[in-house]
Amino acid sequence: MEISLKTPVTREMARKLRAGDRVKISGIIYTARDAAHKRMLENREKDGFPIDLKDSVIYFAGPSPAKPGEAVGSIGPTTSYRMDSYSPDMIKYGETVMIGKGKRSSEVVEAMKKYGAVYIGAIGGAGALLASHVEKCRVAAYEDLGAEAIHELVVKDFPGIVIIDSEGNNLYETEYLKYRRND
Amino acid sequence: MRIIDREDIIKSVERLCIDTNCILNDDIIKSFDSFIEKEASPIAAGILRDLKKNGEAAKKRMMPICQDTGMAVVFIEIGQEVYVDGSLEEAINEGVRRGYINGYLRKSVVYDPVIQRINTKDNTPAIIHYNIVKGDKLKITVAPKGFGSENMSRIHMLKPSEGRKGVIDCILKTIDEAGPNPCPPMIVGIGIGGNFEYSAYLAKKALLRPIGQYSEKAYLREIEEEVIKKANNLGIGPQGLGGTTTILWAAAEDYPTHIAGMPVAVNISCHVTRHGEVTI
Ligand code: SF4
Repeated sequence: MEISLKTPVTREMARKLRAGDRVKISGIIYTARDAAHKRMLENREKDGFPIDLKDSVIYFAGPSPAKPGEAVGSIGPTTSYRMDSYSPDMIKYGETVMIGKGKRSSEVVEAMKKYGAVYIGAIGGAGALLASHVEKCRVAAYEDLGAEAIHELVVKDFPGIVIIDSEGNNLYETEYLKYRRND
Repeated sequence: MRIIDREDIIKSVERLCIDTNCILNDDIIKSFDSFIEKEASPIAAGILRDLKKNGEAAKKRMMPICQDTGMAVVFIEIGQEVYVDGSLEEAINEGVRRGYINGYLRKSVVYDPVIQRINTKDNTPAIIHYNIVKGDKLKITVAPKGFGSENMSRIHMLKPSEGRKGVIDCILKTIDEAGPNPCPPMIVGIGIGGNFEYSAYLAKKALLRPIGQYSEKAYLREIEEEVIKKANNLGIGPQGLGGTTTILWAAAEDYPTHIAGMPVAVNISCHVTRHGEVTI
């Protein structure tokens, strides 16, 4: 099914999404990679979160620099397992959608089931194509981290596919078996 | 003796960093076409078409094909009769610096790998491999390598008794375990023999070979063919969403090794396998 998803995404909305749904995301989303996740969670008690995590969409990505006149540089997903140790807490504190590429740990999937969150895959390596769905980009926090800073993006019809849903259905576990041959 | 000007080296490296990151090589684009035709999954074929479109968009806008513009790997073949005016290493790093800054490429290198991880802000230093050869030419190959796929690479120190089957099995296992992480379809570099570090070097070098050009050694070609066939039967497919296009290509290089060992390095790369060269 193809679904237009407007951000912020509530837990109820997240729970309705199913693995295999194709989504087009519009609205505000935030980028964060390992370094930003680490800092957000380490500094939480002291400083609070630099962005509103409630019902937030976090894109695991670090764009290449924008050329003059462009909103953003190339911006595809980074490999998500590096965020596995942080994601359960992020979900607990309000994140409902993660966008990335690659496998997730069982701890992350358990947190998704418990709180109501989904994992969406964007096409890895298609950074130039995905950039055309980003209308605005500004640094929201941690500027010193460069590409790893938290960027606030305004996206339009940003394409993805639900890989793991809030019931734990997981395309990475089911789809390859349909094409696997032992010869 | 022939003197090569430092500035020529800098300019060449700068150009290569930018071009390889923004222009997908023709052999890769052609291989997309042939895999799209053969692909059993319609979703997978759609992803391959998107990756092709992404390559076209990147070239048109001179925007990086992928945001991970990699760590710059530079292979140098320097003729014995060449004299470089100044430090060759500094010239290469200056070229990388200018390429990554002037080309709006992402700077992804950190100084200290463990504790501080502070970005060097200009993507230097490069990883440089030097080879001294006959003649008076300088050949520079730049191959920026992303780490989504680099992290999925493995070295297997096999026992000689494991033989050819052991080699094939450990390559396939590496690809299978990488699964969706390195943005499949992958391109796989294989280094067989040598020792621990040399096998890895060979695997990296194998990634420079254009798609479609098999090894001239018959046994390596057979390994390449078998890996391509079997890897594409693993079912992983583009982005790990299932399909018959898991790897676009596998290339193997070898070197003599010790009586007690049989190292096999598998350097996993993605469809954005970048490399370009110039000879000065
Ligand atoms: S694995 Fe390749 S395509 Fe994927 S993010 Fe890294 S460099 Fe880009």
